[in-house]
Amino acid sequence: MLVISAGIRPRDELAKLCGLQTGTRGGIVVDEKMQTSDGCIFAIGECALYEGVIYGLVAPGYEMADIVVSQLTNGSKLFHGYDMSTKLKLIGVDVASFGDAFITEPDCRTIVFEDTHKGVYKRINLSTDGRQLLGGILIGDADAYNMLLQTVNNKIVLPPNPEDLILGSRGGSESEGAGVMSLPDDALICSCEAVNKATICSTVSDLGITSVDGIKKCTKAATGCGGCVPLVKDLIAGTMKANGQYIKNVLCEHFDYSRQELFDLVKINVLKNYDLVLDYFGKGDGCEVCKPAVASILSSLWNDVIVKQDTIQDSNDRFLANIQKGGTYSVVPRIPGGEITPDKLIVLGQVAKRYGLYTKITGGQRIDMFGAHLNDLPAIWEELIDAGFESGHAYGKALRTVKSCVGSTWCRFGLHDSVSFAIEIEERYKGIRAPHKIKGGVSGCIRECAEAKSKDFGIIATEKGWNLYVCGNGGSKPQHAQLLAADIDKETLVKYLDRFLMFYIKTAEPLSRTATWLNKMDGGLSYLKNVVVNDSLGLGHQLEQEMQSLVDTYHCEWKEVVDDPALRKRFTHFINAPEEKDPTVQFEPMRDQVKAKW
Amino acid sequence: METLTITAVEWVMACYADDVPANGGACVKLRDEQIAVYNFSRRGEWYATQNLCPHKQQMVLSRGMIGSTGEMCEPKVACPFHKNTFSLLSGQCLTDNELSIKTFPVMVDNGKVFIGFA
Repeated sequence: MLVISAGIRPRDELAKLCGLQTGTRGGIVVDEKMQTSDGCIFAIGECALYEGVIYGLVAPGYEMADIVVSQLTNGSKLFHGYDMSTKLKLIGVDVASFGDAFITEPDCRTIVFEDTHKGVYKRINLSTDGRQLLGGILIGDADAYNMLLQTVNNKIVLPPNPEDLILGSRGGSESEGAGVMSLPDDALICSCEAVNKATICSTVSDLGITSVDGIKKCTKAATGCGGCVPLVKDLIAGTMKANGQYIKNVLCEHFDYSRQELFDLVKINVLKNYDLVLDYFGKGDGCEVCKPAVASILSSLWNDVIVKQDTIQDSNDRFLANIQKGGTYSVVPRIPGGEITPDKLIVLGQVAKRYGLYTKITGGQRIDMFGAHLNDLPAIWEELIDAGFESGHAYGKALRTVKSCVGSTWCRFGLHDSVSFAIEIEERYKGIRAPHKIKGGVSGCIRECAEAKSKDFGIIATEKGWNLYVCGNGGSKPQHAQLLAADIDKETLVKYLDRFLMFYIKTAEPLSRTATWLNKMDGGLSYLKNVVVNDSLGLGHQLEQEMQSLVDTYHCEWKEVVDDPALRKRFTHFINAPEEKDPTVQFEPMRDQVKAKW
Repeated sequence: METLTITAVEWVMACYADDVPANGGACVKLRDEQIAVYNFSRRGEWYATQNLCPHKQQMVLSRGMIGSTGEMCEPKVACPFHKNTFSLLSGQCLTDNELSIKTFPVMVDNGKVFIGFA
C-alpha cells in the first residue's frame, strides 16, 4: 500500500501583508465567528485556519459563509468544525474516508477487509458495543460510501453482521436502493447544499418531479460535487414506488410511452407507418432512437417490406446489409442450420470473386462476404437469389441463425437429427424481427457441439425427445440459457417457442436481448414458465396465432428489392451519378484477399 | 455611412427532388465535393451538409437518420456509423463539442434541388 499525503497551501499572502495573525504552517487564524485577529475582517474557505485545521471542501466553505452573514446581521451562528467525510478519485483509485476514520482500539472495534489481488482495502470502526458505526476508510472500491456515511451521521443501529457492510459487491445497488428509503427524513443526502431526504421525497411526491435534473433545479441537491447523485436517483425511484407509481422506460424525447405500451397502441390502432405513429402518439419530428424502435414494432406486427420505409431504418437495415469500415457493406445469404450443398458453395465462391469480396465463415455457421459497394448490392443479390439463396438478415434485429451439430445422421453419439430440426426452426422463424437479434442452436446430444446453451433458445436432444432452454446469450456478459421444458416432442417444442418468442417481442424493452429481458422480469423463469408452458395468462393461443401470421407473411426482402426497379434505384452512392461508385473507398491486400483501407 | 454587402450565391443543380427519399438523405457529387441533401418532408424543409462525417472520416452522413431535438425541435442528422448527431442548421456536432460539419443553403424550384455556393 502506498500512502499519499497531499494538501493545499492556503493563500494568506494578503493577510500577512495586513499584519493579521496566521498559523505556523500558513492560513489566516479565525475564531468561531470566522473573525480574524482584526475584528472588522472575516476569512472563510480554504484560507481560514480554525483550531489548527484548514477545511478544504466546498460544504464547510458554504457553512462559514452562512456564519459570516449571520454575524453581520446580528445573528449568533458559530462554526464548530465540519464533517470532512469525502469520496475522491486519486490517480485513478477510488478513495473515501468518513466519520472518525482514525479512531483506534480500545476506543472502538475495527473490521478490516483487504484484497491485495484487486487492490481493495476497507476499514470500518464500530463502537465498542458494536451497535454504531463511528467511521471508516475505503480504498479501491468506494461504492458503499454514501450509505456508510448516512449510517454514521444518522446513528443508524448496525445489523448483527456489520461485516456485510463492506464485504465485496454483495451490498450492491439493490440493497443500496432499499437502504436509502429506510433513512430518517432528516438524513442529509446532499451535504454540499444541505438537502435532506424529506425535501427530496416531498419534491417527488408533491411536485411530481421525477428526474435528477428536476431535483437539481427545485432543491439544489446534486449541484455541488455531484457525489450524492446515486442516492438521489434511488430516492426518486424509491419514492415513486412507495407512491404506487409505475416507473417506465420511455422510448425517447418524442414518445412518452414504454416500448410495450407503444407496441399495444400501434397494434390496437392498426397503424402501419412511422409518421402516423408519430402524429398519433408522439411529438416533434422523431430521432435515431425512436425511428428504429418503431420500425421494429411495425415489422413485428405487420411484416411489411421494410425498404418501403427506408428512412426510419437503423444503419444496417437501411440498405439491407451491414455497413463496414470504409462505407462498403457485407453480404450474408441464409444457410439454414449451417448445411450447404457443394453447388451452392461454388456459387458463393464465384460471386465473391466476381465482385472482389473478402470471404469469411461466421460464428453462426454461414459465410460472410465483405467489401461490397452500395451500388453493387442489388446485382450481387440477384445472382444469389437466382442460385436459390435468401437474405440472411445479418443486418437486422431479427432471427439470425439456428446452429446445429452433426447429429444422428453422421455422428456416432447423436440421439436425434439435430440438423434437420435446426433447418426446420430456422425456416420457420426467418425474417421475424424482434427487440434485438435472436440466435438459436440445436444439439443432438449432451455434448452440445452446437453450443445451444449460449443462445436465446437452445434445443438439446434427450433419449425421450428434446429439452428447450431459453434466454442465453453471448457478447460481453455471457449468460447460459435456462431449462424451460424437458423431454418434449417437436410439436410441443415449436408451440412453446412460438409463445416464448412472441411474448418476448411484445414485452421486452428496446434493444434488450432475451437474457436481459429475463433478468428484469418480475418472477423470473418461474413466471416465464407459467406463461409459456402452463399458459397462466391464457395468452397461449393468441401468441401462437400472432406468430403464425408472421410465418405466413414471410417474404425475402432482398428478392423484393431485386424484382423492383424503383427500389433498386435507391442503392447508389451518388443519386446524380448513379453509375459512379464512391471514389473514397479503397482496399489493400491481406493474405490473398483484401481489407478496407481506412 | 451604412453599407450592405451581398455575397453572390451561385445555385448549382444537384438532383431532382423526387430522388431524395422522404424524411431522409441522399448524396450528390458536385464540384469535387460529396454533399448530403436531406428532404425533411415532415417539416417541408430541405437541408444540405458535407457527406463526410468528421468523427472517423467516412462518407456516410447522407445515409443517416434525421430527426429533431429539444424544445426548439432543432433538425439533426445521426451518422450511421457511431450515431454522432449534427445540427442541420449550424452543422455543430451535438454529441461532441469538438466536431462540426459544413452546411450549404438549399433551394428547390420546379422539382429540382439547387445547392448554393458562395
